[in-house]
This record gives sequence, structure tokens and C-alpha cells, in this order.
Amino acid sequence: MTFTAGNYTGKLTVTELPEGGIWTEPGSSLMRKTGDWKTLQPVWDGQKCISCLTCWAYCPDSCFKTEKVLNEKTGKEDVKNRGIDLDHCKGCGICAAVCPPKVAAITMEKAR
Amino acid sequence: MATLKELAAQEEKFVGGHTSCAGCGYPNIFRLSLAAIKDPVVVVGATGCCEVNTSIFPYTSWKVPFLHSAFENSAATCSGVEAAYQSLVKSGKAKDENFRFVAFGGDGGTYDIGLQSLSGAMERGHDLLYICYDNGAYMNTGIQRSGATPRYANTTTAPVGKVKPGKLQKKKDLAKIMVGHNVPYVAQTIAGNWKDLTNKVEKAMSIRGPKFIVVLATCPLGWATKTQDTVKLTQMAVDSCFWPLYEVENGKYKLSYDPKDKKIPLAEWLKLQGRFKHLFKPGNENLLAEIQAEVDQDWADLKALCDFHSQKV
Repeated sequence: MTFTAGNYTGKLTVTELPEGGIWTEPGSSLMRKTGDWKTLQPVWDGQKCISCLTCWAYCPDSCFKTEKVLNEKTGKEDVKNRGIDLDHCKGCGICAAVCPPKVAAITMEKAR
Repeated sequence: MATLKELAAQEEKFVGGHTSCAGCGYPNIFRLSLAAIKDPVVVVGATGCCEVNTSIFPYTSWKVPFLHSAFENSAATCSGVEAAYQSLVKSGKAKDENFRFVAFGGDGGTYDIGLQSLSGAMERGHDLLYICYDNGAYMNTGIQRSGATPRYANTTTAPVGKVKPGKLQKKKDLAKIMVGHNVPYVAQTIAGNWKDLTNKVEKAMSIRGPKFIVVLATCPLGWATKTQDTVKLTQMAVDSCFWPLYEVENGKYKLSYDPKDKKIPLAEWLKLQGRFKHLFKPGNENLLAEIQAEVDQDWADLKALCDFHSQKV
């Protein structure tokens, strides 16, 4: 069986592991769902959000999904906030704290 | 200098799913500084939260080549990688794709354990950027004091008790030590100011030669702070002048931000942190006054130095 991060059981012998102990898949930590750590969860309101992306900048877990869109008025490329990846969010509340008070698009609620 | 939209438009080079605590201060240093580097990049990490959280086999949070060897030698390893690359390019065995080299280390791996290898790499003049994320103790192994722990902070190896009020010694000034190496670029910044951080990384990458940036990052566990205050706390460190934002280009000091009349008393910043809570008990007013005077003196010295260097002769 070829080695992948997904099928690693922790019980492989040295000869079955990749040579040099290298990581075979970049960004494979996304397979680890750290989202179940949280006691509070952020709720994002897409109607209120102005896509200033401050939350994107300060999220330690890279949870904010962004999308490149074309601004029809100016014809320029714009980047929009597309909400939170709750599979990896640890519920620290940084996003709600840095969201501009006048916008307040993110609120913290008890995690479900 | 890139805007937030430009930074966010790229593919992330450092992804989630790592095992840092909720509200950890360092991961966004990696995210933002890698977003600010346009060229292909190789990252070397020192032992510490950085390596332990992001690269637990078989998972890795890095989408760029990442190498870890030991606690004390991230700068030495990075300089070796850089030298090998230059040599391969020179001899025609590798294509010149304008690879850049970045080493990350925590304050333990930079201020104390890795200082000799860092000093060597800077002195030899390798084309690399060393970014130190400073959270003020060996947080990964259980909050032991380091050379970066501020005076009177509570740590497990310099605990607050009846006799001693935490760590007695002053924090090392690493940026000044690096300025003493006569490198082209040294800067001090925080994790809670994306613009200052990315501007400084961008500026550093535009320079060939050894560069050093030290970044203050909150550790909610070690500082005993609320997770949602992570960003605010580093900003308050700047406003209280405990951690001024400045850069040193070819030995010339330049202040990046002056809080002026927005300067807050140090106590405002300290009282949000559990590691300083003993300073607010009756009888400890003199300790508080002492560190406030120390911060004021350092700030005045730095300002004088920056003013001196900004004069046109």
C-alpha cells in the first residue's frame, strides 16, 4: 500500500514509512479537524460583512474563506469574505474582537 | 506595499489544522509573512511551538518546503540550504528560480539556544531572513523563563513567591544585538499589526543579504490572557511603548510608529495578563513604578536615537 497521510495508522515499520521521514502531502494538516475543540463558535453574518478581511488577517487557523470576484462597477478584481470553516475553527473569538464595532458581522455563540 | 485584499487573493502557504492553542499569537505571523513574499520560498523552523504544532508526522501545515533539524540551529540550517542552492545554481545543476530563504524561531530558540548559530549566519552574510516570534518564555515545554521574559513576569522556573516577584532580570534587547552584526536590515514588529508586519517582510525581501525581524506574539496560555484579546494585547504593548515598532536600515534607526498622546500607562497592558497579577497586590506599587520608569527610559533613548538618525547632515 502506498503511504499517504490519510492512511497512516501510527503502526508502520521503518521500511514502510517514506524515506527520510518526509511529509508526502503539503497542507495535510487540514485532515485534522481541530474544530471539535471549541466551546464557543463564531457566527458570521454575510449581510453585514463589508469584506474588510481584518478577520482573515488575524485568524490563527486560516478559517476565513475568501473568493476573488470581479467588481462590476470598477471592473477591478475584488476579494470577498465567504465565511468561516468551522471544521478547523478553535473558537478563540479573535475574529469577533477585531471585526469593526460599526460592522459587528461576527458574534460568538455556544458551540453546537 | 500590498493591501489586505492582495494578500488574501493568493493561495495560503500555511494552512489550518495545526495544533496550536485557541487564540495563539504566532500562526498569523507565518501566514502573513509568507503571503508578503512573492518569490518561491523555503522555510526552516527551529524547535518550538512552530515546529511541534505544524509538523506532527504525517501531517504538515506547510505548503512550502519546510525543514526542521534541531532547536539551536535553524539559522545554521537555513544558511546551509541557501549556500547549497547558490552553489547548485552556480554550477548549473539547478535552475535559478529566485528561491528565497526564511528561518522561523521562537524566543527560546533565538534569544538563548539559537543565538550562536544566528550570530554566525548573520555574520557570514547569507541571503536569508530570520523571523523570531517572541512570546516571552519557553511556552511549548511549559512556560519556563527565557532571555526574552520581561522583568517580574511569572514563569514556572522563576515563579512568584513570598520572596521573589517573578523573573528578576530585564528582557534581552535582541534587535540591538542584531544591529551590532551590521546587517542591512533589522526590524521589530508585532503580530497584531498586519500592515506593519507585511511591510517589513516585503522590505526585507527586497534586500539581498542577512535580515532579521523580531515579532512580539501573544501566548494566551503563558501570559494567562483571554484568547480573544490576542491581537489587542500586542497592539497595547506598542501603545505602552514596551515594544516600539522600528526598523534599522544599514545602522540607521527609524521609528515606524509613535503613539504620541495615545501612549498608555504600562499598568493598563500588564493588568490584562495573569503573569503580572502579583504586581497589582498592595505593597508592590514600587515594582510597577520601577518597570514603568525602565520602559520610559528605553523609549526616550530609542526616540533620541531615531531623531538623531533622521537629521539631515
